[in-house]
Amino acid sequence: MSKYEAVIGLEIHAEMLTESKMFSGCRVVDSVEADPNSAVDPLSLGMPGMLPVVNRDAIEMAMKVGMALNCDINQFNAFERKNYFYPDLPKGYQITQLENPIATEGHLDIELEDGTTKRIRVTRAHMEEDTGKLSHIGKGISLVDYNRAGVPLLEIVSEPDIRSAEEALAYAAKVRQILRYTGVNTGDMEKGIIRFEANISIREAGTDVLNTRVEVKNLNSFRAMTDAINYQLKEQERIYEAGGSIDQETLGWDEEKKKTYSQRSKEDAHDYRYFPDPDLPPLFVDQDWIDRVRSEMIELPDAKVARYRDELSLSAYDADVLAEDRTVAEWFDTAVAAGGSAKKVANWIINNLFAHMNESKEEITDLKISPEGLVELIGLVDGGTINNNTAKDVLVDMLASGQSAKSIVDEKGLAQVSDDGAILEIIEKVIADNPKMAADYAGGKTKLRGAFMGFVMRELKGKGNPGIVNQLLDKALADLSESG
Amino acid sequence: MSLTEKTLTQVRDLLRNGETSSVALTEAILSRIEAVDSDVKAYVRTTADLALEQARAADARIAAGESGPLLGVPVGIKDLICSDGVETTAGSKILEGFKPPYNAFVTEKLKEAGAVIVGMTNTDEFGMGSSTEYSAYQTTSNPWDLTRVPGGSSGGSAAAVSGNMAYGSLGTDTGGSVRTPASFCNLVGIRPTYGRVSRWGVIAYASSLDQIGAFGKTVQDAAAMLGVVAGHDPRDSTSLQHPVPDYEASLTGDIKGLKIGVPKQYFVDGMNAEVEAAVRASLDVMANLGAEIHEIDLNMAEYALATYYLIATSEASSNLARYDGVRYGPRGTGKDVTETTMRTRAKFGSEVKSRIMLGTFALSSGYYDAYYGKALKARTLIIRDFEKAFEKVDVIATPTSPNTAFKIGDNTTDPLAMYLTDIYTVSLNLSAGCGLSVPCGFDSNNLPIGLQLMGNTLQEETILNAAYAYEQATDWHTKRPSL
Repeated sequence: MSKYEAVIGLEIHAEMLTESKMFSGCRVVDSVEADPNSAVDPLSLGMPGMLPVVNRDAIEMAMKVGMALNCDINQFNAFERKNYFYPDLPKGYQITQLENPIATEGHLDIELEDGTTKRIRVTRAHMEEDTGKLSHIGKGISLVDYNRAGVPLLEIVSEPDIRSAEEALAYAAKVRQILRYTGVNTGDMEKGIIRFEANISIREAGTDVLNTRVEVKNLNSFRAMTDAINYQLKEQERIYEAGGSIDQETLGWDEEKKKTYSQRSKEDAHDYRYFPDPDLPPLFVDQDWIDRVRSEMIELPDAKVARYRDELSLSAYDADVLAEDRTVAEWFDTAVAAGGSAKKVANWIINNLFAHMNESKEEITDLKISPEGLVELIGLVDGGTINNNTAKDVLVDMLASGQSAKSIVDEKGLAQVSDDGAILEIIEKVIADNPKMAADYAGGKTKLRGAFMGFVMRELKGKGNPGIVNQLLDKALADLSESG
Repeated sequence: MSLTEKTLTQVRDLLRNGETSSVALTEAILSRIEAVDSDVKAYVRTTADLALEQARAADARIAAGESGPLLGVPVGIKDLICSDGVETTAGSKILEGFKPPYNAFVTEKLKEAGAVIVGMTNTDEFGMGSSTEYSAYQTTSNPWDLTRVPGGSSGGSAAAVSGNMAYGSLGTDTGGSVRTPASFCNLVGIRPTYGRVSRWGVIAYASSLDQIGAFGKTVQDAAAMLGVVAGHDPRDSTSLQHPVPDYEASLTGDIKGLKIGVPKQYFVDGMNAEVEAAVRASLDVMANLGAEIHEIDLNMAEYALATYYLIATSEASSNLARYDGVRYGPRGTGKDVTETTMRTRAKFGSEVKSRIMLGTFALSSGYYDAYYGKALKARTLIIRDFEKAFEKVDVIATPTSPNTAFKIGDNTTDPLAMYLTDIYTVSLNLSAGCGLSVPCGFDSNNLPIGLQLMGNTLQEETILNAAYAYEQATDWHTKRPSL
């Protein structure tokens, strides 16, 4: 892409996992796990006389995402009907927001590989309802599952500010992180909870023309999205270089062949006949409501990373890793609030808990250790009750049994011996038991200090406080040399 | 006077006094249907067993000392109003055999009130028509002259009450579908303010215009029906929150000082002279009762019909898209989705297809601004027209229809002539007001004439009382067809 640059806009469709559907009390289920058509009601089946009522929770979720994307939240909201025929669309129209969406004119800053940040403008985010799912099982038979029909969707539309597949990925990953942080959904792309559409064109680098674009629909993973973008960028460059032109069309992505294919040309484009839904009067989101939702907004990933770095003096790496997932970040925040040193808590999470979570496939909140429990463990090390190596063993016990660090240390007698008298007694016993070594040491073989240390620690069953042992041993050995 | 000829209010008194039972009334009504409905064809289907069950339950409630405005009273509901487990077809073959698993809000209200629902009344397919001739099942006759239409689209509901086959009934009024049949059948028919009655469970024609209305032989009968079904419903986002007044209690008959506006645009050269004379005479009666008659302007009147048909058909083209045979209703068979859908939709009647095509065109890209968009603007002007008028007057009086009931078949080949039937009624649906039709005379063919009284938003009490005062001073409402 030396001569050309990419001009890419992304549309992200995110299911909002509210209790009930966008316009009815019908429950929302995992549309992959649940039996087909087990979560439907007369409204989600588009039965005659059924009327939509807007789901309040969906509005709040949409507001939260809008706020996280730095959008203006609009007080005047209206719903339109987008009319088209397809068996997975029960009413023959989808209720959406065309003219007056909930959120407009936002932006998201993404970090690029070279460490710089780039701002991607967000055009809008609007609420709509999902369709059902059609599966073609061959022999001319198609099955349709309406569990998903009517599930709240948020469509987030970016400006064509994206210049590469990598930028698209960084932007999409960050939107996904925001969706998870705000509790809108699980980010589970395998279940189609987040889906992408990319509008792609290229132009000569340095110009600001907007050439004909293609729209690639139904990209269901980061991989499919970046592959499709890269494929199209190469394809368009090839066409322009050969003196050809790009047709405005809607494309699909063939995962097997790693190729886009034509779904609809411009001539076949649907005329959606949008018009205001007469069943839904305009919805006013008053300022008090917006203010309340804003006041309930949780700290978002960017703010967390900045705070971890600037206030808690964590490394950029540690800050990123901890802020990546909201539950981890909140677990960390709780531990720090309980008095744990940020650096130490971070180390324990990153070096120890993550390894355990990877193996056990648990979330941090599923662990048998609480943030306060970890802080107690760290306190035992800091206070000299146990040393670092013992602490790692104690952690393993804690994760297995759910017992507190203190009770494990007590039960197993793992506390270090820090009592001067007791340690001195043992040092004297070791010297008395090894008269030849003592004589050799006194004669100048100071390398024997290590052997004395080993004997003493063995006698102390490894629980000797290393600082105190070192100090008292040095003193005793010095006495030996003097008397020798 | 036979039991079935009585008014709703009269049989309610008999029930309260223990002089009859709900079962007796229901049996009388069912016998009457048996006797005359093969000629009238008011009902597309009766639910005799369910009705008798409801009647027995009502009698038990009465025996327990309960009373209520409709307790034990047999009524009919339009075939657009869903009734749990009862076939509801919207007068269309595309819903043949469809049994909704839910009650409409109004059906719930009727059942709670202990009304006895005797059957589903005939309608133009999806409410699209002014004569009930566009029903896919049967053509309903006017009880006053079986060769004539009862008006539409709630013609079945009107003919049922007029023909003494129900004491009251529910219809829907999108452009006049309650008021026109009331006028043609010598009944009182009220179309309340949009949002006064929940549309939940009522099969949609044009969502922003549809409103449930009620028929009765008298103003009080209609008021009793409306009082039961009005009210807020959180399942309809367009439902109004205002408390429901006691409509029957508002009927004082006192209209001294009531300001009645008569829009000069509604009385034009070439209108039916007998209709004009009857309406003018009724204004004199009301003036004698102390009302003030003022000539007013409704300047947008001439645009109402075009505006109505653009908005109604646009909304209908979207509302009817759901009938694809995939989830309910009969399904055509074809080799693929497109062919299957096409064969299913072949079950729509021609009037419905015309309106879907009109609406699809009006909404389509490149035509939206010229048609649907412009109609929305015209609608705003019509609303302002009414607002201005209601600053000066309390009630607007007009003929309900420019003509009396026409012969079956006369207008079916001329859609414009059919559409003109509603020229006086459609404005109200575009506005935010309420309206009713009350009997005001007969033409030389002994066909009923209706007086339309329109009121401002939620002024149902005002128009009901005005109609009541007029009704008490005249005897048109006591006439029954010799069926």
